[in-house]
Amino acid sequence: MKTFKLGGVHPAENKLSAGSPIREAALPKQAVFSMFQHIGAPAKPVVKKGDEVKVGTLLGEAGGFVSAPIYSAVSGKVNKVDVALDASGTRRMAVYVDVEGDEWEESIDRSTDLVKLSDHPELDAKTIVEKIKNAGIVGMGGATFPCHVKLCPPPGCKAECVIINAVECEPYLTADHRLMLEHAEEILEGVECIMKAVDVKVGYVGIENNKPDAIALMTEKAKDHPNIEIVPLKVKYPQGGEKQLIDAVIGREVPAPPAIPINVGAVVQNVGTAYAIYQAVMKNRPLIDRVITVTGKSVKNPSNLLARLGTPFQQLIDECGGLPEDTGKIIGGGPMMGKALVSLEVPMTKGSSGLLIMNEKEARRSEPDPCIRCAKCVSACPMGLEPYLLAQVSGLHDWETAENNDITSCIECGSCQFTCPSHRPLLDNIRLGKSTVMGIIRSRNAK
Amino acid sequence: MNVILIAVIVLGGIGLVSALVLFVASKKFAVHEDPRIAQVSEVLPQANCGGCGYPGCSGFANACVKAADSGSLGDLNCAPGGKAVMEQVAGILGLQATESAPKVAVVRCNGTCEARPRQVEYNGAKSCRIQQMTGMGETMCGYGCLGGGDCVDACLFGAITINPETGLAEVDESKCTACGACAKACPRSIIEIRPAGPKGRRMVVLCNNKDKGAIANKACKSACIGCGKCVKTCEKFEAITLENNLAWIDPEKCKMCRKCEEACPKGAIKGFNFPPRKPKAEVAEAAPSAAPAVPKAEAVSPEAKQD
Repeated sequence: MKTFKLGGVHPAENKLSAGSPIREAALPKQAVFSMFQHIGAPAKPVVKKGDEVKVGTLLGEAGGFVSAPIYSAVSGKVNKVDVALDASGTRRMAVYVDVEGDEWEESIDRSTDLVKLSDHPELDAKTIVEKIKNAGIVGMGGATFPCHVKLCPPPGCKAECVIINAVECEPYLTADHRLMLEHAEEILEGVECIMKAVDVKVGYVGIENNKPDAIALMTEKAKDHPNIEIVPLKVKYPQGGEKQLIDAVIGREVPAPPAIPINVGAVVQNVGTAYAIYQAVMKNRPLIDRVITVTGKSVKNPSNLLARLGTPFQQLIDECGGLPEDTGKIIGGGPMMGKALVSLEVPMTKGSSGLLIMNEKEARRSEPDPCIRCAKCVSACPMGLEPYLLAQVSGLHDWETAENNDITSCIECGSCQFTCPSHRPLLDNIRLGKSTVMGIIRSRNAK
Repeated sequence: MNVILIAVIVLGGIGLVSALVLFVASKKFAVHEDPRIAQVSEVLPQANCGGCGYPGCSGFANACVKAADSGSLGDLNCAPGGKAVMEQVAGILGLQATESAPKVAVVRCNGTCEARPRQVEYNGAKSCRIQQMTGMGETMCGYGCLGGGDCVDACLFGAITINPETGLAEVDESKCTACGACAKACPRSIIEIRPAGPKGRRMVVLCNNKDKGAIANKACKSACIGCGKCVKTCEKFEAITLENNLAWIDPEKCKMCRKCEEACPKGAIKGFNFPPRKPKAEVAEAAPSAAPAVPKAEAVSPEAKQD
């Protein structure tokens, strides 16, 4: 069975909510739509206090090419346009909407019938990309990179295949798994849309073999799509990393930055993104909701919720049996790459794939001990870097050495810190070094 | 015999030729360095702190000599060396030392553990810069002191410490040379290099919170909420400006009347090194009865009451 070549770790899977079907979360009383739900330029609010909005009404327009519009996921009245605390822990511009009823824009097709791309030959590549762009779709795996940018290859690059990331290598998270079990046909139509948009004839869906039911179902449904191949993958973290997935599925290595996957002919999209693309292209439905896994060992009812964007996390936790008493840490995303939240007022965004509630014992980090030079981090690094060195030089603010040792190649997967027997905060330091070095490179290029 | 002679001649010859080459090279490629640079370098503290804006002390010495050629030292100032060193430098260069007001680093945050309760606990790497990447840090104030000690590490003079009781960075004025290394190290730009003021007295807004009043107030009891009372109090001198919901006192215009300190409802403005204020009752009574009523003043004093 295929997997990526370098490094990797095996964290405990803990897929507690794998058996719980997706259910719809209740509408919030007030929804908060951050204008920073994607990488790139923030969206610009186009509504003002007192405006009536429906589900699917534009709230913020894209602030540039690498940006995405934001749509209202609820109907009601705009309460205010003000700063709000978001999952990154900073206060940024957002639109507050007081929810009244549940009225949808008429252009959205809310039926659940399957619409096939082959029945709509009038949809050409340009139209599909335009629809995706207008729907505000971003990478739903958590990176939130605006989707249409990936579908417009830079000059000189030609896509050869589309790879769908259905790996879900983060422990605990099961949102993509459930989505595949419940919406396999729609996802495959979405893949067809992506393939048509970038004009390729080959599509792969990479699924780790800890989801045998999803592999079986997707393989069954893919019989109608001769161009799409379902690729079972050996379980290993971080297989869901874009570069690792390309290596695992087609055996190509993406060179160091500034090279991107398209340089080796691959377009990678998350399975959740494929589903959102299907809804955008075939149903005219902008990105207004997503599946989020609310889980944790002490959570009464670990679930996969289909929740509207802008719903406060507090409400999602309440729907799964409330906040356990022994809560030590709440993480937005998965345990490996997610970020601890400072408040539960934070609303859900396009990139919220999970909400993990850790108990006090799990949440506490061990005191770091000195590095014993065991090089476990070096063998765990999926990018072939030397994490102990990068962490050390970052701590010493020696940015030049950090840059010479390819700190910008780090994908921040956390394998090094996970595997370190001395519990050293390797990734903390590397992140600091990476962001500083990238700043230095940007200012150097700007000159 | 012959062998020894050949060796001596060959080696001696090589020596002579090399000496000649070195002699020519030393004359031809000689770099003339102003002897004053070395002299100036010698009197500098050699801390290489970079507070002057030049790469190390030799860079600063170079700049001083260059400036001396144009007639004045201008703004050049060695912060750690202070007035004494600058006078020596000026003496070497045959100039008058320019008077520069002494400066000091000020930590503009008063969010102690009581005023600014910790909402979450951070147990990642001990560094403010890394903690800053998590967004808020431990409190709900995105602008206040993180207490991670990056400034402590940056200070070459041991002038800044983290007070474990308040969780805030504190500057030891006697050691601070105002080199600015701490200000650069602080990821939240809390530390400001300000004129130390006459007799070390100065008024400072001890807050860096640029959020709107309601949010700032919720996060920290001693946050500047941008109410503007201090600006109104200081209408006469116009020393206080309010920008982004944060007041700032211009040290050039401040007259040290301390009215703003009284006006601030949050106690965010603090005067440094002022003598303790007299209690109000005492001031009111003592003023009219300056000379004649000595026994009355005695009666008010606590010792008299005890008797």
